[in-house]
Amino acid sequence: MTEDTKFHHGDAPNNAAPIVEMKDIEKHFGNIIALAGVSFDVKPGECHCLLGDNGAGKSTFIKTMSGVHKPTHGEILFEGKTMDFSSPRDAMEAGIATVFQDLAMIPLMSVTRNFFMGREPTIGRGPLKRMDVARMNEITMTEMRQMGINLRAPDQAVGTLSGGERQTVAIARAVHFGAKILILDEPTSALGVRQTSNVLATIDKVRKQGIGVVFISHNVRHALAVGDRFTVLNRGKTLGTAQRGEISPEQLQDLMAGGQEMAQLEGSLGGTV
Amino acid sequence: MSDSSPAVDERLKSEGLGARIMKRPELGAIAGVILVTVFFLATADAAMFTTSGIINFMTPAAQLGILAIGAALLMIGGEFDLSIGSMVAFAGLFFAAATVTFGLPLVIAIPATFVFAACVGSINGFIVIRSGLPSFIVTLAFLFILRGLSLVGLKLATGGSTQLRGVRDATEGDWLAPFFSGDAFGGLFAWLAEKGIVETFKNGNPKVPGLPIEIIWFVIIALLATWVLLRTPAGNWIFAAGGDSNAATNSGVPVRRVKISLFMVTACCAALVAIITVMDAGSTDSRRGFQKEFEAIIAAVIGGCLLTGGYGSAIGAFFGSIIFGMVVIGLTYTDFDQDWFQVFLGGMLLIAVLFNNAIRKRVTGER
Repeated sequence: MTEDTKFHHGDAPNNAAPIVEMKDIEKHFGNIIALAGVSFDVKPGECHCLLGDNGAGKSTFIKTMSGVHKPTHGEILFEGKTMDFSSPRDAMEAGIATVFQDLAMIPLMSVTRNFFMGREPTIGRGPLKRMDVARMNEITMTEMRQMGINLRAPDQAVGTLSGGERQTVAIARAVHFGAKILILDEPTSALGVRQTSNVLATIDKVRKQGIGVVFISHNVRHALAVGDRFTVLNRGKTLGTAQRGEISPEQLQDLMAGGQEMAQLEGSLGGTV
Repeated sequence: MSDSSPAVDERLKSEGLGARIMKRPELGAIAGVILVTVFFLATADAAMFTTSGIINFMTPAAQLGILAIGAALLMIGGEFDLSIGSMVAFAGLFFAAATVTFGLPLVIAIPATFVFAACVGSINGFIVIRSGLPSFIVTLAFLFILRGLSLVGLKLATGGSTQLRGVRDATEGDWLAPFFSGDAFGGLFAWLAEKGIVETFKNGNPKVPGLPIEIIWFVIIALLATWVLLRTPAGNWIFAAGGDSNAATNSGVPVRRVKISLFMVTACCAALVAIITVMDAGSTDSRRGFQKEFEAIIAAVIGGCLLTGGYGSAIGAFFGSIIFGMVVIGLTYTDFDQDWFQVFLGGMLLIAVLFNNAIRKRVTGER
C-alpha cells in the first residue's frame, strides 16, 4: 500500500467488528504465487466488492476464504478468533456460504429438492423417518417470495428457472441455512440486464438482514450499484480498499487493469468499456 | 400458487392437470402398458387376460422387475451395472452351494447370499468411484468375470457339471422357504375358487394355486423404492448424485457413499432373484440371468429413467417390467411368430428413449 493512493482501509460507516478478517494471505501453487499478501475483511450488513481482472487471484482468494484452499501464509480471523478451515464443510458450518459460478444446483430436480439438498429436514423415526415435504415446500415458497420470486410451484424444476432466478435460489438457500458471510462468485457475469438487477436487488435484501456479502465481479458498474466498499486485486495483491462515493468507475477500472494501457484503450473505444 | 402470494407472474400460464401428468417420469411406461394391453386385447387369445394368464405374464415380469427396480435406482444415481445378469448366476451358485454342498439352513444361507452379493456390488462401486472410470466399462468387465466365475465355481462344486441340482431337497420343509418360493395366499385362492370367483379345474381346485411369491416381492420392492426416492433424504441424495455429482458434493451430499450403496442394492436385487429362481427350479446353472442386465436396463428406460442419470422412477421401472412380461408371454397367445418379441422390445426401447428425451426437455424448460 503506497501513501499516494487515494484508497484507505477501514472506516466503514458501520463500526461493527468484521466477521471475517483475512490478514496478509499468501497462496503458492508450487512455484506460482497466486496470492502475494492479500488483506480483506467483511463486516455484518455490508457488501464488500472484490474486483479484479481475469487472473488477478479472485477465485484463489475466495477459495481460501471458503476453505477449499489452505493459505500458504497469513491469518484468517473469524469473529475475532483464528480459524483454520480444513474443508469447505468447516467453513460452511461456521457460516461462510459460497455461491459458486456453477451454483451447485441440479436442473432436473425441483426447487425444493435443490433448496434442501444435503440438509433435508425429517419427521418420524426409525424406518418411518422421512422428509418433511410439506414444510420443505412451504419454506422454499416463503424464502423465494422474500427474495421477490414467485414460484409457480415448489416442485418446479430448477432447469425451468432463468439464470437470475437460479442465483436467487442459491442465495436464498445459503441465507436460510444461517450464512453470516455470503460469497458470490461473479453472480452477474452471465446474466442479462433485467436479471442482473434482480440479483443486485437480492444482494441488497441479504445485506439488510445483517449478512456480510462478498461480491466478486469484474464488472465495475455492477459492483458500484450495490457495493459499500471496494477492494481491487491485481496480480495477486490488493491495490487498496475504497469506500462508496470515494471512487469513480474510471478509477476502479484503471486499478483493475493495473493502470496499463487502459487510458489508451479507453480513448480508442470512446470510454465505453 | 397460494393466495398469500403478492403477485402472480403474468407470464406464467396456469398449469392444467394434463401438463402436470406429462411431467411424471413414469407416464411413458403407464401409457405403454395401456397400449400393449389394447394391442393384446385385440390380437391375443382371450385366455391371456384370465387370472392364470395374467399370472403367467406377471411372473417373468416380477423376476425381471426386481432387477429393473435396482437398475433404475442405480441409473437415477448416475451409474450403470451391466453385471447384474451374471450376478444372478453367481449369487445363485453361492446360494445353491451353501444349501446343497454345505447343507446350511436357509436362515443362514439367505443372509449370507445377500452379504456376499453386497460385497461384490461394493467392489464394483468402489472401483468405479475410485478410478473415476465410466461404470459401463467397469461393470462390463464384471459381466464376464462373474459369468466365468459362476462356470468355474459350478464345475468345482459339482465335479464337472455346469448345473447344481438338489436345492429343492435341501430346502424343503425349511420354515423360511415359503417367503422365497412357491405361491402365497393359497387359502385365499382356494376360497375364491369355492365361491366360483376364479376359474377352477374340473376337480374343483383353482387353476391358479396362489400368487407367485416373486410378484409379492416385486410389489413390495417397487413401493419401498418409490418411498425412498420420493420421501426420504436418501432419495434426494440419489437424484442429486445422478443429476450432478459435483454440485451434490458441494452441497454436502455424500455422493460416494450413495453410489456405492446403490451398487450394493442392485447386487442384492440380483441375489434375491437368484434365490427365488434357484429355489423355484430346484437347481442352478451357469446361464441363469443371461442377458438380464440389458432387459433390466430396457425396463428402467421404458420406465422413464434417463441414461444420463438424475431422473426416473421406480414405479416406471415397475410398469416397464410389466410391459416386458406382457410382450414376451403375450406373443404366445397370438398368431405372431414369437421371435417378433425382440423387434418389439427394441422398438419400445427406441420410442421410450425418444419420448424421455422430449420429456426431459420439457421438465428443464430447454428450448
